[in-house]
Amino acid sequence: MTAPRDKFGRPIVVVTGMGIVTSLGGGKADNWKRLTAGESGIKTVTRFPLDSLKTTMAGAVDFVTVDPFSSTSLSQRLAEIATEEALEQSGIGSKGDFPGPLFLAVAPIETEWPQRLEVAREVPTKDFGIIDYLATCSGGKFAHFHRRFTFGSVALSLAETFGTKGSPISLSTACASGATAIQLGVEAIRRGETDATLCIATDGSVNPEALVRFSLLSALSTQNDPPQGASKPFSKNRDGFVMAEGAGALVLESYDAAIARGARILGVVAGCGELTDSFHRTRSAPDGKPAIGCVRKTLADAGMEPEQIDHINAHGTSTPENDKMEYLATAAVFGEHTKNIPVSSNKSMVGHTISAAGAVEAIFSLLTLEHQRIPPTINYEVPDPAIPFDVVGNKARDAKVTAVMSNSFGFGGQNASLILTREPA
Amino acid sequence: MAEKEVWITGVGLLTSLGEGLDAHWEALGERRVNADDKRLAPYVIHPIAPVSFDAQIPKKGDQRQMETWQRIGTYAAGLALDSAGVKGNQEILSRMDMIIAAGGGERDLNVDLAIMNADAQGKLPPAVLNEKLMNELRPTLFLAQLSNLLAGNIAIVHGVCGTSRTFMGEEASSIDAARIAVARIGAGQSDIALVGAAHNGDRGDLLMLYSFGDFALKDQYASVWARRNNPGFAIGSAGAFLVMESREHAEARGAKPYARLTKVVADLAKRKAPGAVTKSLQSMWPQLGVSNDSAMLITGATGAEPATAEEREFLGQHPGLAVRATGTTFGHTMEAQFPLGLALAALSISRGALYPANDPTGLEVEKTEAPTQIVVLGVGHWQGEGMALVEAVK
Repeated sequence: MTAPRDKFGRPIVVVTGMGIVTSLGGGKADNWKRLTAGESGIKTVTRFPLDSLKTTMAGAVDFVTVDPFSSTSLSQRLAEIATEEALEQSGIGSKGDFPGPLFLAVAPIETEWPQRLEVAREVPTKDFGIIDYLATCSGGKFAHFHRRFTFGSVALSLAETFGTKGSPISLSTACASGATAIQLGVEAIRRGETDATLCIATDGSVNPEALVRFSLLSALSTQNDPPQGASKPFSKNRDGFVMAEGAGALVLESYDAAIARGARILGVVAGCGELTDSFHRTRSAPDGKPAIGCVRKTLADAGMEPEQIDHINAHGTSTPENDKMEYLATAAVFGEHTKNIPVSSNKSMVGHTISAAGAVEAIFSLLTLEHQRIPPTINYEVPDPAIPFDVVGNKARDAKVTAVMSNSFGFGGQNASLILTREPA
Repeated sequence: MAEKEVWITGVGLLTSLGEGLDAHWEALGERRVNADDKRLAPYVIHPIAPVSFDAQIPKKGDQRQMETWQRIGTYAAGLALDSAGVKGNQEILSRMDMIIAAGGGERDLNVDLAIMNADAQGKLPPAVLNEKLMNELRPTLFLAQLSNLLAGNIAIVHGVCGTSRTFMGEEASSIDAARIAVARIGAGQSDIALVGAAHNGDRGDLLMLYSFGDFALKDQYASVWARRNNPGFAIGSAGAFLVMESREHAEARGAKPYARLTKVVADLAKRKAPGAVTKSLQSMWPQLGVSNDSAMLITGATGAEPATAEEREFLGQHPGLAVRATGTTFGHTMEAQFPLGLALAALSISRGALYPANDPTGLEVEKTEAPTQIVVLGVGHWQGEGMALVEAVK
C-alpha cells in the first residue's frame, strides 16, 4: 500500500477529475487526439473587424457562443463546460454540491466595449463628459452590467452553479494564474482544511482591446499567414505569442479521501513552487535567476531530484525572450540532465490561453502521463541553436514519463511551476 | 500540530486623511473627514491626501510606469515594510510572501470618451474602434491597469519576492487575502507575508460600474449610519498594507507586534434571500472566539443597501459593541476595505485606546478602556462577507 502522506508528512494531493476546452475543441478526448496529431487551433479572427490590427489571428474558441457576447461571459461559459467534464469524471459530491472551495484563475474584468457603447448611445447630451455618461449608467436600466462586470462575478456564478463551499477566490497572476489556482488548492488540502478543491482557470479574452493592448507591448506574433504557423516556440524565427482562449478545471483531493470513496486517481500534484521576478514589469531577468529559483523551489517542494523529471511541459510562449530564458533557467537547474529531457510547448497548437494556461497545460501534462505520449511542438522547422532543448518537434513521441514539470512564467514577474506524477512518490 | 500564532508586525497606511500611523491617529482623534462633493459632483468621493511619492518610490521611472492606484499601493506597502523593520532586508524580502487584493487600474478616460462620443454620433464604424485603440492607447497603460501589476510594482520597487498572488473580487478579495495569509502562516507554509490593497476613488471611469447598480453616494456627504434616506457609498482612496508573521519568526528577529491576528473567516451569503447577510454574520461570529460581548468592532459598512441595513440588524443584536465605521471617515475603499479595518484595529490596540466615535446617529458609542479584542467586519456591497479577530498580544 502507498503511504497516504508525502515524505514531508503532508496529505498527498491527487487529481480525480479534469475538464478542458481549447481552440482545438471541447473535452479531453478531442483535445488529446488533435494535440497529439499536431493540429493547430489558431485561426484568423472572425469575431470582430481586423482593420488596423498588426496581429489578426488567435486561438479563439468560436464553437462556444454566448449572447450577448462579452469576454467575461465567454470565460464563464468555458469554465462551466470544463468543470462539468471534470466533475463528471471525478464523481465527487452531487450535482450543485461540490464539497470544497473554489479557486478560480480569471482575467481581470472590466466593462467591455460593446456594453460601454450601448450606454453611450443612450446619453441624451451631445459631446458628453463622464458625469453625463454616469447619469445614463444609473437608474437601473443597466444594472445587469454591474452583475456582469464586477471582478467577483464569474466566481460568484460558478460557486452558485457548482455549490462550492465558502468564499470563492478569484485570482490573477497573469500567465501563471492557472498554476496559482492549482497551488492554492494544493495548499488548502495540505493544511487539512478540506479534502477536495475545485481549481478552475479560464480565459475568453480575444476581443479588440485585449489584442490591441498585447500588440502595443510588442508581445504578439505578427506572422499572420498562415495563422497555424505563427506560434513556433523554440524556433529561431519565433516572434511573439498568439492569444488564445480556453479553460481547464481540476478536481483535487487528498489521497485518503479519493481512496475512501473509490475514486480513480488520474495523477498526483507532487510539488508546486513560486518565485517572483523583480527585474521588470514585462521582461524576465535575463539571467533567469527567478525562474531558476522557482524550478528549484518546486523540486524541493516535491522532495525530488532534477534527474527524476523526465518531461518538461514548457511555458514556451514563442516570444524571443521567454523561450531563451526558459532554456537558460532549465539548463542551470538540470545541468547535464537537460539534454535527456524531452521538452514540448502546447502553445504551438492551442496558443497562449493566458489566465487558463497553467491549468490547461497541467491537464495536458497529466494526459501525457496517462498515455505515455508527449504532444509535439509544431512549427519547429528552424530550431534556435541558442536553445538546444530536446524539443519534441512536429510529431508526438512515445516515451516513458513518470514525472512532468509544467512551467508558467508571466508578466509582473509571476513564476510558478508544478510537478505532476502518475503515482504518489 | 497546533497552529502558529500570527502577529501583525507592520502597518502601512496612505489614505484620504494622510500618511503614516501618527497622522492617522491624530486625524481619527479629531474626527477629521476628507470628503469631496465637487470634483465629480454629484458623486461624493474621498480623494487621496496630497503626498510626494518619492519617499517610498524613489525612481521617477517607476512612478511613471504606474497609475495612481499602484502608486498608492506601492507607497503604503513601503510604509508597512518600514514599520515592520524589514525594508531593504534582502534576506527576509526575498522569501516574503505577498497576497494583494486588487481591482483594475485607471483607464484613459479621454480616449474612452472620444470613442464613445464618436459612436453615439454615428461616427464610429466598427472597424474604426481598432484604429482608435491602436493609435491612442498608451502602450504602458495596460501595465498600469493589470490587477497583478500592483504586486509586480511592489516586487520591483521594494524587492518583495517570495510568492506573489493577486486576488480579485471587490471587498471579498481582501478578506480572503488576509484569510489565506493567516492560514498559510498558521500552518507553517509561510513565515512572513505582506498583505494589502490599494484603491483610488478619484476616478470617473470607476464610478461607471457602481452607477450601473446605483451604489454610489450622490449629492450630500453623511455618516455611513445616517444614509438611510440617501443610501450609497462614497468611493474612498486608500493604500492599506500589513506585515503578518509567525510569532516565532517575529521574536527571532526581535520585531515588536502591533497586535495578534487570531482568526479570519469569510462567507458567500446567498443574497437573493432577504436577511442573508445578517444570517451570514451571525454564523461567522461564534467562529471568532470573542470572549466579551462588549468588545469593539471596526466595520467597513459601505452605506449601500440592502447590505448596510442587514449588517445593522446584526449589530443591533450585539448592543454592547463599540462600533466604528471606516466608511464614514475614509469612504468605501473597496478592495482596501478589510486591510484598512485590520490596520486601524492593530493601530488602536498598539495605542491602547479605541479612537473616538464619529456618528450623529448614536450607533457608535465611546469606549474608554484599552482594547484587548477588536473585531474587523467586512460586508461587500454586492457579495462577500468576512470577519477577523485582532487581539492584544499576551
